[in-house]
Amino acid sequence: MTPPARVALVDYGAGNLRSVAKALERVGLRVDVTDEPALVESAEGVVLPGVGAFADAVGALQKSGLEDAVKRSLDDGRPYLGLCFGLQLLFEEGEEHGITKGFGLCGGRVERFPNVGKDGKRLLVPHIGWNEVRFRGSHPMLEGLPERDHYYFVHSYRPVPSDESIVVGRADYGGEFAAAIAKDSVFAVQFHPEKSQNAGRRLLEAYRDWVEASR
Amino acid sequence: MTGWRRVGEALSRIGDRMLMKRIIPCLDVDKGRVVKGVRYIDHVDCGDPVEVAQTYDDQEADEITFLDITASHEERGILLDVVTRTAETVFMPLTVGGGVRSLQDIRDLLNAGADKVSIMTAAVKDPDLVAAAAAKIGSANLVLAIDARQVRGESEESVPGRWEVYTHGGRRPTGIDAVDWAARMAEAGAGEILLTSMDRDGTKSGYDLPLLRAVADRVPVPVIASGGGGSAADLAAALGGGPEEGHSQAALAASIFHFGETTVAEVKRALLERGIPVRPPAAD
Repeated sequence: MTPPARVALVDYGAGNLRSVAKALERVGLRVDVTDEPALVESAEGVVLPGVGAFADAVGALQKSGLEDAVKRSLDDGRPYLGLCFGLQLLFEEGEEHGITKGFGLCGGRVERFPNVGKDGKRLLVPHIGWNEVRFRGSHPMLEGLPERDHYYFVHSYRPVPSDESIVVGRADYGGEFAAAIAKDSVFAVQFHPEKSQNAGRRLLEAYRDWVEASR
Repeated sequence: MTGWRRVGEALSRIGDRMLMKRIIPCLDVDKGRVVKGVRYIDHVDCGDPVEVAQTYDDQEADEITFLDITASHEERGILLDVVTRTAETVFMPLTVGGGVRSLQDIRDLLNAGADKVSIMTAAVKDPDLVAAAAAKIGSANLVLAIDARQVRGESEESVPGRWEVYTHGGRRPTGIDAVDWAARMAEAGAGEILLTSMDRDGTKSGYDLPLLRAVADRVPVPVIASGGGGSAADLAAALGGGPEEGHSQAALAASIFHFGETTVAEVKRALLERGIPVRPPAAD
């Protein structure tokens, strides 16, 4: 029997990773919670979780050499799963607590939700709760997912990609926004699969299948 | 299909087209055990928090809230252990509050696995705490809890439209207007308001709808209704957008779920029938 695929869960000092680690283990992945660039580079997949502030997170990843390790893993085509900040960090810049440069792997910015929606009605920020994501596009992850599912969101900022073609999942909050993006070996979501009960489990199972298929 | 048509109508009326209203079972936790009292007295033991959380996860509750009512801060480790074990066991959003005194307390709870942390008395004591915490951890994970009581005149008659903030488990009046306080704390960076009516808490006589809509209409952040939820009809009234309803984004309830009177799925079906947009139970 093939051993379970091993993924690195990147610990950049931005809070609790236990829920994410347990949720990944539950779908049969072996998880190394690590802040060591070498372990990140040697893993069969990389998961970048998201708790914390954009500027702090980017700073921590750059200083520790983790950013370079993640980028090398991506260059090798190993499946990357970004959660919340793990999605936002891929963009050129974020505006939380001033302008901060992100990884720049995706064109566009991370901006706060406006206080008024596109329909002219008041929009409560943060966006907290279960919202439906509709998936469309072609990516190995999407083959294992339903066309639509409810996931748990808790965030004030969301990505505004300059290239619409990377958006594979959309949710509606005062207008459509990018809830999931995919590009080559990157798949990243603005919501929290580790908190999204069965829908979240389905998404992590799709990630497991993708990692195993990419070995 | 009429139920679903009404859901569609409710969605378009509310405006937040796809964001669902949330049903949140609340567990009062004392020294690591779930308890629930009526008007903050007479606590009855209801079990192990991790097991109770598991039950609500199975029922697909939208979130779960732990309110720690342990008097002594020295026993904080017990709560952190409960939060840690819960976050390892259930894969649903967890909010923790009660006895949170400092930025360090907030960090400890988030590191233990809480998704959101709620603060109350500490914010009254130090109104700058919310802004300081929001700058460090962001607003989305920071909840301001308010215990509010209807203001009464000299002969105990209620003064419409006026509620006062209480602290210390509802025992200590502060002289602060609850609606103004909610607005001020949302401005400072609280990402959500957990609003409990002390007059209704534990009574199962329905939420204080005028209080809920006074706050919900004033603040630009989500409001969680708390205190008095005794039936699906009560929850529907708290979540509804009508002129006499509560305008809240989430409803917290304890006793109706803990004693097995009803399940989250049953309540959700009743809410969908009433046109309140909630995440449908998985079996449906």
